[in-house]
Amino acid sequence: MLKIANGRVYDPANGLEGVLKDVFVERGRVVEPPPQSDEWEVLDAAGLYVTPGAIDIHTHIAGPKVTSGRILRPEDHYGHPVPRTGFSRSGTGHTIPTISVTGNRYAAMGYTTVFEASIAPLKARHLHEEFHDLPLVDKGCYVLMGNNYFVMKGVAQGQKALLQEYTGWLLQAAGGYAIKVVNPGGVEGWKWNSEKVQLDTPVPPFNVTPRQILLALAEANEGLGLPHALHVHANDIGRAGNCTTLLETMKALEGRRAHFTHIQFHSYGITKKGGFRSGAEPIAGFLNEHPEFTVDVGQVMFGPATAMTADSPLQFRLRGLTGNKWSNADVEMESGSGVVPLVYRRNNLVNAVQWATGLELLLLIGDPWRVFITTDHPNGGPFTCYPRVIRLLMEPGFRREVLEGLSPRARRLTSLASLDRAYTFQEVIIATRAGPARALGLATKGHLGVGADADVTIYRPQGDVEEMFQRPAYVLKGGQVVAREGEAVAGGEGRTLLAGVNGCERLPGSLRAEFEAYYSVRLDNYPVEPEYIPCREVIACG
Amino acid sequence: MPVIESVVCTFCGSLCDDLRVTVEQNRVLKVGGACALGRQKVFHDCEPTAVWSVEGMVVDMGTAMEEAARVLSSARFPLVYGLSTVSTEAQREAVALAELLGGTVDTTSSHCHGPSTMARQQAGLPTCTLGEVRNRADLIIFWGCNPMESSPRHLARYSAMAKGSAVTGRGQRRVVVVDVRPTPTAKAADEFIQIDAGRDYEAFTLLRSLIQGKAVPEDVTTTGSAGVPFERWARLAALMKGCRYGVAFFGMGLTMSGGREANLELLLTTVAELNAFTRFYAIPMRGHSNVAGSENVLAWLTGYPFAVNFSRGYPRYGPGEFTVVDLLERGDVDACLVVGADPAAHLPRRCVKHLESIPVVLVDPHVTLTTPLARVTIPVAAGGVGAEGTFYRMDNVPLRAAALVESRLPTDEEVIRTIRERITRAQDR
Repeated sequence: MLKIANGRVYDPANGLEGVLKDVFVERGRVVEPPPQSDEWEVLDAAGLYVTPGAIDIHTHIAGPKVTSGRILRPEDHYGHPVPRTGFSRSGTGHTIPTISVTGNRYAAMGYTTVFEASIAPLKARHLHEEFHDLPLVDKGCYVLMGNNYFVMKGVAQGQKALLQEYTGWLLQAAGGYAIKVVNPGGVEGWKWNSEKVQLDTPVPPFNVTPRQILLALAEANEGLGLPHALHVHANDIGRAGNCTTLLETMKALEGRRAHFTHIQFHSYGITKKGGFRSGAEPIAGFLNEHPEFTVDVGQVMFGPATAMTADSPLQFRLRGLTGNKWSNADVEMESGSGVVPLVYRRNNLVNAVQWATGLELLLLIGDPWRVFITTDHPNGGPFTCYPRVIRLLMEPGFRREVLEGLSPRARRLTSLASLDRAYTFQEVIIATRAGPARALGLATKGHLGVGADADVTIYRPQGDVEEMFQRPAYVLKGGQVVAREGEAVAGGEGRTLLAGVNGCERLPGSLRAEFEAYYSVRLDNYPVEPEYIPCREVIACG
Repeated sequence: MPVIESVVCTFCGSLCDDLRVTVEQNRVLKVGGACALGRQKVFHDCEPTAVWSVEGMVVDMGTAMEEAARVLSSARFPLVYGLSTVSTEAQREAVALAELLGGTVDTTSSHCHGPSTMARQQAGLPTCTLGEVRNRADLIIFWGCNPMESSPRHLARYSAMAKGSAVTGRGQRRVVVVDVRPTPTAKAADEFIQIDAGRDYEAFTLLRSLIQGKAVPEDVTTTGSAGVPFERWARLAALMKGCRYGVAFFGMGLTMSGGREANLELLLTTVAELNAFTRFYAIPMRGHSNVAGSENVLAWLTGYPFAVNFSRGYPRYGPGEFTVVDLLERGDVDACLVVGADPAAHLPRRCVKHLESIPVVLVDPHVTLTTPLARVTIPVAAGGVGAEGTFYRMDNVPLRAAALVESRLPTDEEVIRTIRERITRAQDR
């Protein structure tokens, strides 16, 4: 029984903006103000801003690909040791911190729910095992399906009902929350050494196109009534002129629910000479007219990063661009992945344009309920950069200062210099929790109304915006104080959020023979056993 | 009779998961579908031979655990070592214990595929799962490894002879073996290249030049390289560049011969560069059932795959410094917990000699060569037979091994946790 007293409450989902109000917490939930609260423990929030705990809708923090990155990059850890304390494990790491450090850093920054954005079902056990060692935050994962053998075959044969049943089963088998598509068809194309795969390129072995795969999965997603929309990493990432591909992809899914992820990496224009420029304007323009879509940005921040995605061809291209070491892991029947270390530099024209493009998108897309702040951790930079991203959005002066330090050519290749918009505190709260919670279909998160999870972040208002967001005064998870002044002060494991798919308990019978023939594990040993997810919360499908 | 289907074999890194085991009244009667090694492993593990003992005297469980906790907590430089045949659940506990002790944790990796992992840290590792090999690989190279004897079902299940979706059988694959002597695997290959011992680096240099289309000095074209005529290397380079999906399996013939990680760095670089022309990957032929898991667990908990020291309260990585052979050879360690390994059988004599001089706690289902030198022995149920748990295949695919029989013994995980909790309680007092 806790009373968060006298704080200014920012709870956009319930229409509150800086309202002086007490928040009452009992058994991990926000409750009605009781008639008598004299005996309640009081957390004095006078002069502080009380907000819902933040939600990262797209990050890479655990599982085979992230751990492969950790093994690949001891140099990311050497200079960043974290000693153990009475309640938390030791660890290391900057762009790919160890799992315990990851949870603590998120929680200390006011994030209480995070979503690992890609897992190949065959290796999902690894993710869930590692999740046990992720402290404090609730978590979930998105299941890769855009290059799945059975999905592509189902699309080729037009078997919609079967596809829906299969995707539902796969989601359950992997212990997932949403359907993820990464470079649909493009990763399969990579395995066949095909040339660049575009939206309408037929991909072997079934000659289906990315467009067909996307439509079929969007339909299955709707048919299953999943809480989150289809989570799309489009084709053609990272190339000059790829905003056309993203536009085409969005048009293909017009009228359906879809979330387009790290769109900064997909919003590049092309100069007359074939050079790199921002393509944020047409993308933002289109999104402003399509309320059915949500996006996260994947902001690039200057400094070290680690590129890691299921988009294998991209990672090989990055190896060629940087000359850096490269790991790849093709996963049978399902997916691929790759890891390459990166550094984004101010004096690199392309990096400067990428940085500006992300900010343009965040400023040009008008509705903060549909555009979310991410760095696609650790692809655009580590999640610990979020406070700086927020400062760039809230302070046009600071933004201009950074922009002026970049190459004048970078300024000409983007429209950032002309944008004066400043995010309000309330807009930041929308873009980091209320909006993501709504996009994810999480009814008890992202707000502080009665019945909400008592995940609360309390900020100390001050001139230094970055410091304010880096070190919240208090962070509560399920009503318990887990961090103070930017340091985790508690341990314990959060819940794993699962999509409550119904009626897909078994792999459709017609697929069994092929499964046994082409997977290197038996079907019996494929689905993640319940033992791996002891602490679960099932979110019902609608 | 009740038959358990789809049983995961936890003997080698192949983790075949299609065994059929007949169990009656808590006894395994029949093991179907396994290789000779796997079958023996299951029968052997049904009856753990180790006993609770302290200084050779049989004791009860509590006494052994108390002594283990005492030995480890009173050490100044304790080592937790092994971990290649136990579940990841046990591995996670072992890392937590090393962290609590401010000690060192190292695995059998460090004297096995550790150099492969160090090469991976320099050059990266382009790789794929074994199912991809089965479905797609039209060129398979076994370099310095002999799966016919180390992982007997590998060729039939995953590689040379397997039937896949795009590559449907042996006739569509080329299989090349490079080794210092003829092996049973070489006999199953289309081509066997017998290379001079210790000259792999030279061979990779030549292959890499050929694949890149670089000019080769005349003396090499006339006399060949690494004891093999030039034409054979030229043919191999052409095969590698011309295949559609090539996979190179590599073993201790490369990791533990002269050059070690340098061999692998060149192999992995060559493989990476081949991807400009075609798909080409490399897979380390991991031996033990969960040595791949140990690298994953250590990496997600500490950032480093092996050779991790906690004496400063946070993880430090030091191959050559915190690796078992170096630690024991220098005589740094003053107590050792051995789990899932048999150092007396596998480490150099000098290292074993040092182990004989310090208190050793051995957690193992069986009496091994290490048993006589252990101060405390703790018997456990064997993973995948008497205990369930997670194991990672050589390609990092995790599988859950079920318990086949009920064991009266605790699991590795439970033992290590109990020791850790005893030490924590003692520290709190």
